[in-house]
Amino acid sequence: MRSVAISSPFARLRNPSVLPGFGLTLGFTLFYLSAIVLLPLAALLLKPWALGWSGFVAAITDERVMAALKLSFGGAAIAAIVNAVFGTLVAWTLVRYRFPGKRFVDALVDLPFALPTAVAGIALSALYAQNGWLGEPLSLFGIKVAYTPAGVIVALIFIGLPFVVRTLQPVIADMSEDAEEAAATLGATRFQTLRRVVLPSLAPALVTGTGLAFARAVGEYGSVIFIAGNLPMKSEIAPLLIIIKLQQYDYEGAAAIGLVMLAASFCIILLLNLFQSLLSARR
Amino acid sequence: MRKPADDSLFMRALLIAVTVGYIGLFLFLPLLTVFTNALANGISAALDALGEPDSISAIKLTLLTAAIAVPLNLVFGVSAAWLVSKYDFRGKSVLLSLIDLPFSVSPVVSGLVYVLMFGMQGWLGPWLRDHDIKIIFALPGIVLATIFVTFPFVARELIPLMTDQGRDEEEAAVTLGASGFQTFLRVTLPNIKWALLYGVLLCNARAMGEFGAVSVVSGHIRGLTNTMPLHVEVLYNDYQYVGAFAVASLLALLAIVTLILKSLLEWRYAGEIAAVHRH
Repeated sequence: MRSVAISSPFARLRNPSVLPGFGLTLGFTLFYLSAIVLLPLAALLLKPWALGWSGFVAAITDERVMAALKLSFGGAAIAAIVNAVFGTLVAWTLVRYRFPGKRFVDALVDLPFALPTAVAGIALSALYAQNGWLGEPLSLFGIKVAYTPAGVIVALIFIGLPFVVRTLQPVIADMSEDAEEAAATLGATRFQTLRRVVLPSLAPALVTGTGLAFARAVGEYGSVIFIAGNLPMKSEIAPLLIIIKLQQYDYEGAAAIGLVMLAASFCIILLLNLFQSLLSARR
Repeated sequence: MRKPADDSLFMRALLIAVTVGYIGLFLFLPLLTVFTNALANGISAALDALGEPDSISAIKLTLLTAAIAVPLNLVFGVSAAWLVSKYDFRGKSVLLSLIDLPFSVSPVVSGLVYVLMFGMQGWLGPWLRDHDIKIIFALPGIVLATIFVTFPFVARELIPLMTDQGRDEEEAAVTLGASGFQTFLRVTLPNIKWALLYGVLLCNARAMGEFGAVSVVSGHIRGLTNTMPLHVEVLYNDYQYVGAFAVASLLALLAIVTLILKSLLEWRYAGEIAAVHRH
């Protein structure tokens, strides 16, 4: 029988299989991956160093850049924490309780994955604008959301919401109620049971979901820029600053910010993976 | 009778109220406001805005972009999943992490990398200019950025499923004399078709809706390099709110249809979609 795979130069890399197509799929997968992802990312890795080390540091520690990075990371952290709290409650309710319209609410949770970010951006902006459905009542209390850092956080809550809920739902569904019943039978109040029995078993998934929401929010652009107002030093996010630098033909400066954001998202993913493997090693 | 692990009626009512309130406030209201703003001056004003030549060309460009990007990522996804699930080889886990990489990159950075490759000051910029090839601020750049951000969708659906399914059925087919392509078409494809559709659905939604990455490479040339999401931005910044929300409501409809189909697939074919999904 003829087999492309076994005659391929990569044959030594693997255990033999009768299935054809190893060389073909390996070649195509690596080519496509390199052309679309790896080479362009390499361009980003190399570009900022045209500035030299001191130039790179100067580009990153620039006052306006620092303010933008602080807003992107700080805003993402606050939004992730809000989603951690409410996302847990939403996931719990959707798994454990029955109520009319539950299917609809459950399907709606995925909206931020499906709705284009620009659409979310102008919708949130219209909602929280001074004459908007939410902006008008809020302004009676002197609260301004649109065109302030609070607006940035609202948009980042929107974009991060599904991550916590969707990570927790399967864990809550798989959780056996036996432990809770045992705790209750042994005299624990419902609150004690939730705090001592339920919450610890949810903790790993909660950390992962919150981490994913944070990572997504740090780099978010479309849903934020319409509601943020984009005032330099105040409500300007890091991705927007990359675009501004590109418009000023400061490619190295743009690449420097891009590299910092890329490194940050790698660190988050790496930490989450490390955390997961530590957990599974302990079990 | 109430079980000891059940929450009190008060707590149930409270949590259901919090859930409905939170989802209503952060998800349902924004969705609703898209349509009410689009219809603020009546349905004919919204339809007129969609009939503008610039809107039509934005819709065409979005459809064209998705029509190129989605099939390419589909072929890649199938190829990568076949490779990872049917053979044992060194470096597999590295490959899996690299496939997931684009998900953890900011959309703006996804666009930036292509400007650094193909832009005027980029690696290939001078060569492309000499040969009169335009990538940045033209269709190829938009397509490349879209492929980048939607890169993992299909692969990610197929890899866990095909790994679970193993390779026994395919090996049997090949041993009985089927060619590789016949085996894929007659044995593998029927096993993965719903997961494939699921991946394509999500890939397409993101491809048509991508904003940040495309925004960096497009140059925002009206009628030429504006996709629908970019056209929404242009109209909104021009204070043409009805037009902006009319185009936005088309995209919102796409999102709703995507969510409905996704729910249907999850509900009807739960077992045939990747094991990583809930239900």
